[in-house]
Formats: sequence, structure tokens, C-alpha cells
Amino acid sequence: MSKATIIRNGRIIDPKNTRDEVADLFIRDGKIVESLAPEEKKRAETIDATGRVVCPGLVDIHVHLREPGQTHKETIQTGSWAAAAGGFTTIVCMPNTNPAADTAGTIQYILDAVERDAVVRVYPTGCITHDRKGEVLAPLGSLKRAGVVAITDDGDCVQNNEIMRRGLEYAKMFNLPIMDHCQDMALTRGAVMNEGEWSIRLGLRGWPAAAEDIIVARNVVLSELTGAHVHMQHISSAGSVEIMRRAKQRKVNVTAEATPHHLALTDACIKDYNTNFKMNPPLRTEADRQALIEGLKDGTLDIVATDHAPHTNYEKDKEFDYAPFGIIGSETCFAVTREIMCGEAGVPLNELIAWLTCKPAELLNLPAGALTPGAAADVAILDPDGTWTVDEKTIFSKSRNSPWWGRELTGKTVRTLVNGKTVFADGEIVG
Amino acid sequence: MEWTQKDLIGIEPLTREQIETIFQAASGFKRILDRSVKKVPALRGKTIVNLFLEPSTRTKLAFEMAATRLSADVITVNAHASSFVKGETLKDTALNIRALNADVIVLRHSAAGAAQYLSHIVDIPVINAGDGSHEHPTQALLDGFTLLEHLGSLEGKKITILGDILFSRVARSNIFSLTKLGANVTVAGPATLVPRTFETMGANVVHDLRTALEDADAVMLLRIQHERQSSTHFPSLGEYTSMFGLNKTRAAWLKPGAIIMHPGPINRGVEIDSDLADSEQSVILEQVSNGIATRMAVLYLCTGGSLGALEAPAE
Repeated sequence: MSKATIIRNGRIIDPKNTRDEVADLFIRDGKIVESLAPEEKKRAETIDATGRVVCPGLVDIHVHLREPGQTHKETIQTGSWAAAAGGFTTIVCMPNTNPAADTAGTIQYILDAVERDAVVRVYPTGCITHDRKGEVLAPLGSLKRAGVVAITDDGDCVQNNEIMRRGLEYAKMFNLPIMDHCQDMALTRGAVMNEGEWSIRLGLRGWPAAAEDIIVARNVVLSELTGAHVHMQHISSAGSVEIMRRAKQRKVNVTAEATPHHLALTDACIKDYNTNFKMNPPLRTEADRQALIEGLKDGTLDIVATDHAPHTNYEKDKEFDYAPFGIIGSETCFAVTREIMCGEAGVPLNELIAWLTCKPAELLNLPAGALTPGAAADVAILDPDGTWTVDEKTIFSKSRNSPWWGRELTGKTVRTLVNGKTVFADGEIVG
Repeated sequence: MEWTQKDLIGIEPLTREQIETIFQAASGFKRILDRSVKKVPALRGKTIVNLFLEPSTRTKLAFEMAATRLSADVITVNAHASSFVKGETLKDTALNIRALNADVIVLRHSAAGAAQYLSHIVDIPVINAGDGSHEHPTQALLDGFTLLEHLGSLEGKKITILGDILFSRVARSNIFSLTKLGANVTVAGPATLVPRTFETMGANVVHDLRTALEDADAVMLLRIQHERQSSTHFPSLGEYTSMFGLNKTRAAWLKPGAIIMHPGPINRGVEIDSDLADSEQSVILEQVSNGIATRMAVLYLCTGGSLGALEAPAE
């Protein structure tokens, strides 16, 4: 007998299918269906979504799950819990693990852990180069066969343009997008924050925006040369946005993402040397932040991705120079982006949902991000006006490194379903 | 005004009045240093720990001397001989020092923000003796004290800081303090070491040496900092000396009676002509001496000492 579920009376926002209306959503045997038979409706599990938003489970193509090798910070299991608590049902994990995910064996290890432990869908990425050193290409064909959905040296950036060019040409054969963490290493040696008024005042070594712009430009040129799809990760500078804008006008095969923290925060936040504002790329000026918001609005930037980067308390609780870069972001993503893009920048909610669902899914060609009949019933039920406090009870990541720790945020995940089955509800992971 | 701060982390958070309170206390302590019995009992029974995680001659000795003159006991920890080399964190080191009953920690550290960080970890006074490229408040205080002795007032005076400003905590603390005290601060040197961004701190940025030195009431020279600076900012010491070193010809551009200052250590023949360092115009050694009275003032005030009690110190 089929298993039927009705999510009743919610505001269904499904941008892929241009749907934004109050209606019931029907699920049978883990898949979205257009309707249920009267008999099914009678025995269906009913979830009341009155006053809530019902949308495709969110998609995050940039998270760090730290497994294998750094499981004191996070595991595939706890990272998937954090994702579920944030309304995400599909996440893509980065290969800067230990060992780096640069062979089929490590990819298989990750997939085994995903199968065993993850409560949401997790897709792996592989490295562009062996051990992310930027010297020798990783076995991209073998990585594709092992199941990676993209390649990236994230955490590092290939500096040698010949290697990057050959990587793009080779990856294109396998339809593997290349995601790049755009950073010129020579311009940023020892740097810990944006180069500007605040780095001068605080006496911290600064990172010029040019160090990102230069690599974004490099990638645009190489994408034009090879035809390969290059995706710029965590864009942080107005200069990069402008380069992307002109590249898109020329129809170059490039895309880009912005993180919630770069949309919300600036380098002025570092005035007390709080390491929860230390990340790579760094928080920049208000002008950069506004350029990122404009870039998302006009389509120059394609999606939002969190760059969820867990680090333990004792690792972050250090002098600013010594603390590692990065903050967690899965659980707070919806609230922060809702406040900035919808609240501050006046963007309608369905556009924000698109940046978090169908657009990232399409970018990497993932079966996710839409409530099309026949699709897996990966659903998020959100309360855009619900308030919650960021603390031990609401954060499911193993780590605590969030700039919003202790703060009250507006925009909460009520329930998350994967394959029609609830994995997060009432503030708890289920099952 | 009465001083109510537990810590001295930097000049930036201080008001002009607070700086002047420190100068007042320093004046009082300076008189004591000229007596035959150079101690006061103000901090008797207290122990000051100097936690110096970067090399130092002047600052470390001056803090030891200041503590001793206040009748405190002083213990100095040098990084290379401590468990820092075994990977112990600053936080754990500080908690241990506190558990060992220390009353004050004086911290010199290579990371900007370290003093502020430490002040949140321990409940005893933390005195910043230099945190990376950020601030060196006691240096700026002794510099300001010395300038006032020679110039009477700082209002409208042209003070030029010359050298590697970018990596200098002395420059930053002095920019904060001299602007608060009403001076016109000019920072000068090569463009790679003196970016325009320093204008946002209220300083004039000048890359032409003549403009920087002409009619200045005082010039403060900075050493080129090899340990914090990477080799990419400047071709060579020889080029620096020929373009920006203070020699007699250039010193003549200063206002008559102007003073030449340097926080030390000096590189003779690099940023300053050797003879100039020993000349009448140079107040370099006076600065060092003033460093004791100003640090006595800081230790005294941060441990709850009252300005009023200093007006008639016991013999």
C-alpha cells in the first residue's frame, strides 16, 4: 500500500515551476505527485503548514564536512544534521579533507559514510590537482567515475595558469564544472583580513580585493579559451562582480556564488579582533557588500552558498592572526539571507528561494531544487517570521564558530523532509 | 580626572583627559627618580609579570625598573625559554600566570589584538607593551611626555613620523595620541610603507621628504622593521637611507629648535645619521628615561592608584 503525505495549506514557493500560491502538496512513496486518490487522502500523514512557506529542500553547493581526517570539527553525520536544521536537503561537500579527496578511494570512503550516516543528500567534489598543491592534475576521469559532481581545489587556488588551463580542458570532457576559490597567493601572504581602513587601524595584515579580482579575471579568460564552465566560489569584492558582469555580457561560461556572511557583514566587524569574523575570502567594505547584493539581484551572481566551515572552539579561541579561517553557516543561512536580501534589499521571497534551490541545482546539474511531480519529495517548511536564538539547542553542527552565536534571528526551519520522510522537525533531528 | 581603567590596551580608546592624567602622574613619578632614595611603596606586595613574547630591551627593562621603583616584585617571562615553545597557547599561559597569583600582566606579543584578547581572559590589569603592528601605548605616552617637555604644548604643532609606518605599532599609537592632543601629524616614507589609507586615522600622508620635514617641530624616526615586513616592500636598506634617511642636510629643513626622536633600537647610518643620533637635537635617550616615569604612572593608575595621593608623595 502506498505511503501518502499531505503538506496542507502552506505557501508553496517552487521557482523552477514558477509556482507561488497557497495550496496542498501531495507526496506518495517519497515522490511529489499532483494529487492523491480520496482513499489515500483519508489515511495520509498530514502536516499542517498554515502560515508557512513550503519549498523544495534547499541546496547548498559549498560546505565543508571535514570527513575524512578532521572529524573533531564536524563529521558527515553532524554536517548533514546542520544542513537539515537549515532546511537543506542536498549539499555538496568540498575536498579539502585529510587526505584530500583526490582519488576514487577517498571519494568512495565519503560516499560510504554518506550512505551510512547522512540524513540529507550529499554529493562529493574532487580536487583539481593532486593534494590541492596546484602542480599535477588529479585523476579527474577516475574522480568523475567515482561520483564527484564538480572539481575544486577549494581552500587553495591553482596559481599556475598552464595547470589551470589544462585542468579546464580535461574536465570539460567529463562535463565536470570547475569551482574556484579565487585567491592570488603572492598578494595575500600572511594576510588575515581585508586590506583597507580597518586593517590599517587594527594593525592586521591586509588582503587586497585585487587578489580575488585577478583570479576571477584569469578564470574568465581561461573559460573563454577552453569553453569550460568555471564557477567562482564565495565572491567578496565589487571588482569581481564587475568582471563577472562583463563576462556574462559576453556569454562566457562562468557562474558565481555569494555567501550569507559576505552579504551581511563588513570588515568593520573585526574591530574587537573577534575570530568569528575571520574567514577566507575576508569580509570587505560596505561598498563591496552592496555590490554583492546588486550582483545577486541583477543575475551577475547566480546563487547563494554557505561555505559552512566548522572549527572547534579551542581552535578559534586564539589571537586573530593564529585562528583558522571560516564560520559555520548551514543553520543560519535562511534567516541571514532573508534579512538582507528580502528585508534590506527588497527582493521577493521567491527570488531568494530560487537562489537557494533550483539555481544551485541547475548549476551543478543535480536532481534537486524543485517540486516537480515525479521528483523526490525533498521539502523544506520554513517560517520566514519565526524567531530563534543561535545556541547549543539550535545548532547541530559539531562546531560553534558563528558570528551570530547568541543572537536572535528571524527566519526559521520548521521541518525538513527527504524522500517524503521527515528528518528535522520541532527543532530536533528525527530518526 | 580619576583613572578607572583596569587595563591599558591602547591609546585609541582613551580621551585627551585620560592621557593628560597619565602625564600628570608621570610628572610626579619623575621627581622621585631624581632623589637619592628612588622608590615609593605604592605597589609594595604586588607582583608584576612581564610576559614578553617578542624581543625587547628598552620596554622590558623600563617596565622592570618602573615596577621596582614602585616597590613591586617583578618576574619576566621570555618566550623562547617558556612553554610557548612546546605549543602552549597564550590563553593557557595567562590562566596559569593568574593561578600563580600574579597581580598585573605586561604583555608584548607579535599578534595584533593579543592584549585585548588577554584582557578578557584574566581579571587582573593587562598592560599592552606592544601587540604586533597594532599599538604600543606606553611608547606613545613617553613620546608625548617628552614632546610636551620640549615644546610646552602640542596644539597645532607639526610632528612628522618618518619610516615604515605600515608595520609600526609606535606610529599607530602616536597618531592616535598626538591627534587627540591637538597636533598636526604627518606620516612620511616610501609609498609601499605609507599608504594613503593612514589619512583615515587623521594623519597627513606625504611621500616627499622635504615636504614632510619642512618646518616640523619634531621628527620621529622609525626603524625599517625586518621581522614584520616581507622583503617585497622595499628594494634595500641602502636605497632607504639615500632616499629617506635623516642626515644633516635634511635635518636642517626642520624648524629651528626642533627635536629628533626615535623609539629605539636605532640603526646608525640607516634611518638616522650616526652623528645626528648623538647630537644636541636628539632626545632619544631622554625618551628612554621618560619611559620609566610614564610606565610607573600606568602601573600605578591601573592598579587603582589615586592621582590625588601622588600630589604629596611620602619621602
